[in-house]
Amino acid sequence: MTANPGQAPIPVAASHLPGQDPVLEIKDLSVVYRTPGGDVRAVDKVNLDLAPGEVVGLAGESGSGKSTLVYGASRLLRAPALITSGSVTYAGRRVTKPVDMLRLRPDQLQRLRWREIAIVFQSAMNALNPVLNVRDQLLDVIHAHLRMPRDEARDRAASLLDLVGIPRSRLRSYPHELSGGMRQRVMIAMALATDPEIVIMDEPTTALDVVVQRDILAQIVELKEQLGFSIVFITHDLSLLLELADRIAVMYAGQLLEIGTAAEIHREPSHPYTKGLLNSFPSLRGPRRDLAGIPGSPPDLRDPPPGCPFLPRCAYGTSACEDVDMHLLQVATSKDPEHVTACPFVLPDTPAPQLRGARQETAGEPT
Amino acid sequence: MSEQATTLTSAAAARGELAMEAISLSKDFRIGRGQTLHAVRDVSFNLYRGAVVALVGESGSGKSTAARMLAGQERMTSGAIKLDGKPVDVTGRGNFRRYKSQVQYVFQDPFASLNPVHTVRYDLERPLKLHHGRDIDMDAELVALMEQVRLTPARQFLAKYPHELSGGQRQRVSFARALAAKPSVLLADEPVSMLDVSIRLEMLNLLDDLRQRLSLAMLYITHDIASARYFADEVLVMYAGEIVERGPAEEITQQPAHPYTQLLVASAPDPDNLGSTLRRGANGTRSPGPQRTRTPERAATAGCPFSPRCPLAEDRCRQEDPTLEPITATRGAACWRLDAAAPELIPGLPGGRPTTNN
Repeated sequence: MTANPGQAPIPVAASHLPGQDPVLEIKDLSVVYRTPGGDVRAVDKVNLDLAPGEVVGLAGESGSGKSTLVYGASRLLRAPALITSGSVTYAGRRVTKPVDMLRLRPDQLQRLRWREIAIVFQSAMNALNPVLNVRDQLLDVIHAHLRMPRDEARDRAASLLDLVGIPRSRLRSYPHELSGGMRQRVMIAMALATDPEIVIMDEPTTALDVVVQRDILAQIVELKEQLGFSIVFITHDLSLLLELADRIAVMYAGQLLEIGTAAEIHREPSHPYTKGLLNSFPSLRGPRRDLAGIPGSPPDLRDPPPGCPFLPRCAYGTSACEDVDMHLLQVATSKDPEHVTACPFVLPDTPAPQLRGARQETAGEPT
Repeated sequence: MSEQATTLTSAAAARGELAMEAISLSKDFRIGRGQTLHAVRDVSFNLYRGAVVALVGESGSGKSTAARMLAGQERMTSGAIKLDGKPVDVTGRGNFRRYKSQVQYVFQDPFASLNPVHTVRYDLERPLKLHHGRDIDMDAELVALMEQVRLTPARQFLAKYPHELSGGQRQRVSFARALAAKPSVLLADEPVSMLDVSIRLEMLNLLDDLRQRLSLAMLYITHDIASARYFADEVLVMYAGEIVERGPAEEITQQPAHPYTQLLVASAPDPDNLGSTLRRGANGTRSPGPQRTRTPERAATAGCPFSPRCPLAEDRCRQEDPTLEPITATRGAACWRLDAAAPELIPGLPGGRPTTNN
């Protein structure tokens, strides 16, 4: 391993698509959960931006803080969660000048919510109201966020179902009468009811079958092309993001460890954790290989270890990692300046997905 | 229709001796208004010691119902189950308990399948007492169990409640609970689908290790065909209660014959597919792949159950239900249109294209 020479931390806030200002810009966001046992640092100084029409994938294990990051940025967390620092700048087409979400009054926030930033929740089974039919739930959203006469709202509810490919005859169905895939489609229809600028998708397909999952993902992409919203896609399944996302941000223990385009992450994963994730799912194509997964479990965020949080599980870890300054640096071996990693060491050349498990590799020494 | 079990050799057979046979299992549910749901239709397969058979299919395909019948928790409408060559009888408490000491079930959701008010010790002591009596060295047995599923230090974990454990640890407790009876057959119903991707692999590796060490006959139920490739010896693909294709895991996943298996394989996320149909293609067009077939509300009642979704369906498919016909000695598929679906496999067909024999 050689150290990444002479590289100062670079700002990651630069827009992914040249010439376009980001529609959402998260800067230095930190969120803690106040617990009797001490503060849990769920999100620690995270920088992330989202360009118009972009799909950013947020990958990480349960408890890595990916949901907290996004819900914190959209001000949806309640006590004991506390935003301790940062700014979240929203600059959609409908707002006259960029606003800091973290400084808005509740009434201003109310105008922004769902109208500009909508969410597709993970469990459609629990997120839909079991005693209201599909139409009433759609009308609920429309009336809460748009001024619209009743007739027009009903038309809109029906056309929303068309949009997500559910027959209009289902307007009067209750959630329990719908299949899992249909329920998730209704959730997507609800998110799109107000023509939002950003749609946050929190593991929208985790509970679904692969066939239905693919169907819904294809639909999401189609709608995105059609309506031009941006997507933050939260999942623990990196294999999905490689296919779906424009850019992928890998989160671990409340910090972003690596950001890069899907192609870069796939071709040249730089952080050992990303490599581990890539080596965690059995592949259907290519030679059948033995896989390792990532041994161990994430650190206790009440008392995070010094230096790199991934160190206890890292195959390449050395004592130097304990003093590592967790900044995102440009990947030295990559031509793409937007591909950044928190690991300052250039790892031995390991095309991770082809390996028999990273643990068997001998870690080099950092210089 | 039931001669499938005799004409086809299971790809898992080489691993060990025959442990369990499911012979023409069927299960009907009455769903009111005189309607019947055929949840499982004429399903036959064998489980062998030290081998993993994967049952792959979507929600509602009947895979869990089939496993519940094997576990003795669901009465079958017709068919038979044999354990070590003897017909299974689960009527009466004693019989059921004896059967359960041989055949254990692992549930999908480790968050729901452990009682929140009991410690791990309680969860594991009960099956030990039930199946091995009270005069065993309980502490030693408990520690041995915990070490089997690698929950160490054992004593520390025994005192914990489910809410103090992570998802992976809970599922380890579920495994330990199933192993407490010292079964020969383990029925694992989506044992990893509720867990994080990074933990799934560890769990599958643990199951694989247990299979080997305890020479368990394992049924692995999943909707993730990629994990079946990784983990199983034989794969059975179920659709609408029927086995539509079966064969060695590697062959099924690399060269699927049945159009439904092909759809399953095509739907699995493919990280190497960077010019994916899911993303803006370089040429801006999206190929109309099989993923765009919409799931009908209910499978066909006549003919091949997959025919409403099948791109190759013709009149015959809508009228007659194909039976599982051998393609090779270890492989079979139930499809009239195999010549179109998998022409490359046809030369292996003994006597050419299967003809009607039902």
